[in-house]
Amino acid sequence: MVEKKLNDLRNSDEYKTLVETRKKIVKPLAISMLAVYYVYILVIAFAPEVLAKPIGDGPTTLGILVGLGIIFFSFIVTGIAVHAANTELEPLTEKLHEKFGEGE
Amino acid sequence: MTGDMNTTAVGMFSVFVILTLGITYWAASKMTSTKHFYSAGGQITGFQNGLAIAGDYMSAASFLGISGLVFAAGYDGLIYSIGFLVGWPIILLLIAEPLRNLGKFTFADVACYRLQQKPTRTLAALGTLATVALYLIAQMVGSGKLIEVLFGMEYTYAIILVGTLMMVYVTFGGMIATTWVQIIKACLLLFGASLIAFMVLAHFNFNIGALFTTAVEHHVKGDAIMGPGGLVSDPISAISLGLALMFGTAGLPHILMRFFTVPDAKQAHRSVFFATGFIGYFYILTFIIGFGAIAFLVGNPDFMDESGKLIGGNNMAAIQLSSALGGDLLLGFISAVAFATILAVVSGLTLAGASAISHDLYANVICKGHPDEKKEMQVSRLATIGLGLLAIILGILFEKQNVAYMVGLAFAIAASANFPILLLSMYWKDLTTRGAVIGGGLGLLTAVILVILGPIVWVDILGNVEAIFPYKYPALFSMTVAFVGIWFFSKTDTSETAIAERTAFEMQYLRAQTGIGAEKASKH
Repeated sequence: MVEKKLNDLRNSDEYKTLVETRKKIVKPLAISMLAVYYVYILVIAFAPEVLAKPIGDGPTTLGILVGLGIIFFSFIVTGIAVHAANTELEPLTEKLHEKFGEGE
Repeated sequence: MTGDMNTTAVGMFSVFVILTLGITYWAASKMTSTKHFYSAGGQITGFQNGLAIAGDYMSAASFLGISGLVFAAGYDGLIYSIGFLVGWPIILLLIAEPLRNLGKFTFADVACYRLQQKPTRTLAALGTLATVALYLIAQMVGSGKLIEVLFGMEYTYAIILVGTLMMVYVTFGGMIATTWVQIIKACLLLFGASLIAFMVLAHFNFNIGALFTTAVEHHVKGDAIMGPGGLVSDPISAISLGLALMFGTAGLPHILMRFFTVPDAKQAHRSVFFATGFIGYFYILTFIIGFGAIAFLVGNPDFMDESGKLIGGNNMAAIQLSSALGGDLLLGFISAVAFATILAVVSGLTLAGASAISHDLYANVICKGHPDEKKEMQVSRLATIGLGLLAIILGILFEKQNVAYMVGLAFAIAASANFPILLLSMYWKDLTTRGAVIGGGLGLLTAVILVILGPIVWVDILGNVEAIFPYKYPALFSMTVAFVGIWFFSKTDTSETAIAERTAFEMQYLRAQTGIGAEKASKH
């Protein structure tokens, strides 16, 4: 009985949509976050002088702008992910629970 | 000022202690089950949990350690901050959802969902305990130093005081008390750090360029402090540190536990959003504070000794800066906040360690998942006391270490043992018990051995002339060992249980994605 229900769930369009939608949200965000961070780390590893370059006449360097930029970028990525999860994925999950939930 | 008692600090800290003991008393009355001990009954809201997570993160090691690092080396402090932060989007995207859907109280629950309980849990618990122990040392050392400078109390007594208070919070108040202590402290710390940063910037008419100019003029390294340098001097160290910081976060047991304290997935998402915001903001503050410390303290005979070193060590940069900016009153407030921070974080860590012992080792390994709840509660309390005593002893042994490095080491272990097992158990179908245990064990072992043979333990603590392993950060090597080990020993595993475990993946994935499954993992 339970087995059958789970098989139905697995083959349902709703489940497939959920998994697909999640992939569509997660992949680009995760990849861009990893890319941004590791490019930064690789620059520190192999060409730190790039980050030490001052911008304009003052002492502020490119590294400081980039650093603050990454902090801001992490926040934006998290914001987009949370928004997408709560507006797109949550309704899909709820639907699945209504249809296949174990009599909750 | 060393050794003089700051009455403001003592007064404010006493208020904090009384308040938090009151909360603990209240929480103790609500602690009716192990579920309350481990996860506060799942009744914390997303915003509260966001603050608590941020609180776990904004430890004394990051507040004092990173501002001290910025004070000593300038830009390099920012590299640490960024690494600590970028783990969060990754946790949210890859870990949070399946963790909640598969687990109950600890990350080991997830790893054991389709793998064999006994070996997998034991290893996960060991990974937890190793991480917790290192992280605890960092926090204890920070607290001892602080109290020594401010309260005129001897280091050893200071450590004992912190250890005792923490044991009281956790033993009687469990996760409820721990969370509320963390929330209060997070608010205090955000306020205090904002205040110092504001005063620094106000002094320079909110022209950050002027702050940097003054700092560069004062610092012995000159404009070298505006770019990466000293701390990560070679490519391997840079990459290794980067890996440890980003993926270590996703393997920190006391942080992962927090996802079980909220009632649903929506609140879990919200808590990450708030946490990331608070943490990012906090790190920007520590950066300003570090530079402010250079601008205000360097060359000032009140704060520097004759050889040009900061009194109390670099970790005291933020504290000394508060004294320079706002006299004894601000100094007292910031010291009390820093002390509260340490207490809150060590409590969270100890709770995670105690859970690994009582929930993972006792309830699931020894009692095979059918513990007597009363006994389990007793075990968790005894474990708390045991860990408290251990923390006190380790805190005394490691007195002279820079606390930011110790956190780096905790992250290396979390990244090399906990994270690979957690990630692969969620996403890799072919993972088997043998692969997880041998590969994860090798990762843990490699991290620990390389730490011991590396410059920090081998040279600085054991007094040898040259390190056998030349890098401070082992993550690049130990993570590689873990992933390759897990892959190899899983792939070559043809036993019957391995086949069953691979078959079980599909159902586990179904549950990880939807929260619906054959059997309920949690009693929610």
